[in-house]
Amino acid sequence: MIEIEKVHKSFKDLEVIKGVDLTVQKGEVVSIVGGSGSGKSTLLMCINGLENIQSGSIRVDGTEVHAKGTDINKLRQKIGIVFQQWNAFPHLNVLENVMLAPRKVLGKSRAEAEELAVKQLTHVGLADKLKVFPGKLSGGQQQRMAIARALAMSPDYMLFDEATSALDPQLVGEVLDTMRLLAEDGMTMILVTHEIPFARDVSDRVAFFREGLVHEIGPPDQVIDNPQKPETAAFLKSVV
Amino acid sequence: MFSTGFTFSTSFTWNDLLFLLQGAWVTLLLTFWSMLLGTFMGVSCGLLRALLPRATIPLGWFLDIFRSVPLLIQFVLFNSLKSIVGLDWSAFTVGCVVLGVYVAAFCTEIVRSGVLSVPQNLRLASRSLGMTYWQDLRYVVMPLATRVAFPGWLNLSLSAMKDTALVMWIGIIELLRASQAIVTRIQEPLLVLCIAGLIYYLISLVVSRLGAQVEKRWQQND
Repeated sequence: MIEIEKVHKSFKDLEVIKGVDLTVQKGEVVSIVGGSGSGKSTLLMCINGLENIQSGSIRVDGTEVHAKGTDINKLRQKIGIVFQQWNAFPHLNVLENVMLAPRKVLGKSRAEAEELAVKQLTHVGLADKLKVFPGKLSGGQQQRMAIARALAMSPDYMLFDEATSALDPQLVGEVLDTMRLLAEDGMTMILVTHEIPFARDVSDRVAFFREGLVHEIGPPDQVIDNPQKPETAAFLKSVV
Repeated sequence: MFSTGFTFSTSFTWNDLLFLLQGAWVTLLLTFWSMLLGTFMGVSCGLLRALLPRATIPLGWFLDIFRSVPLLIQFVLFNSLKSIVGLDWSAFTVGCVVLGVYVAAFCTEIVRSGVLSVPQNLRLASRSLGMTYWQDLRYVVMPLATRVAFPGWLNLSLSAMKDTALVMWIGIIELLRASQAIVTRIQEPLLVLCIAGLIYYLISLVVSRLGAQVEKRWQQND
């Protein structure tokens, strides 16, 4: 369970998150939608401690993310994150990209890590690209590799930060399909996304962020199909 | 007014060539040791400058001295300092140390820019997988920084090789000094300098070819 309570986050003088409360249950898929600058991507970075927070608290399975004594590297092992810019390691081939963290962080043997990596890469449809370097892959393939890389750590949670925003339109589908499979497998997921129809399909709940706050939250048939607040309706109208 | 023919005669002997090659060997040794020393210090200082930019500003100033003062002055000054302090170092050691520090000053900047060229996003990605600061440095930042820094480092080693010629001012007989000794004796500067130049060229050629091989292997992956 991820519990976010009254979180405030500023970059210098600019406050981007202004007291967000959000709880995500195990097995739940929550989508975060909202305009740019509404603090949604920043919130994901805060959840796995890549960004610090000014006040409030974020707990993952009861562990305070930003507490001094927290072993953040240990905690991050169970929170996978996929970025908008897929961030493949360019000096490693696809297989090595996925094997690196299991080997170095989990201490798995080469054989174990390879078996694990092949399994995950097969899952995302890249079994025939194992020895290829990221520079030779399309954006969609690189993003699926990034998903496999995160999954190879056997995380309990997956965070997606606009995972399809930087992709060519014809490549979006393959990545969304991969994410959909993951949701169907029961993975706990938080998705920051602009793909409203996709969010409606896979999410248990949708949160609309506005000006650093959760403006409206609820099941998709409420927030997306029948928004209660005029700002939510206006935003949805603007993106469709 | 036409010359009736061209006859080539020279007093340059095989022994002279041997003498030049001995000088070239000293040049190689000086280059090797100063590059080893300079690269070791340069990688350490470069990492510090890149990773702790604020705390190491004074280090940057200090290294700027060695980058800015002509190498010849550094050789002569250090050699005199050695005598004043009473260090019992050979001229060869002095040559290696002074050139090594000079190389380190440039190498620091090369390494620093290599490390800073690694996109912050990649570092976030590796940290997000649970890698520690040092694991990220070792397995992601260093390999990528090396690819960026390598051509600059290769350039530096070639220029260090040529800069070794300055150690003749502190009494070491390397390639250039050896050639001058021969010129003084046989009075054929053109020929002797051409041969010495050719030897420098051949050494550089080998080094840059080896470097090109390494770069080519990396580029196949991009």
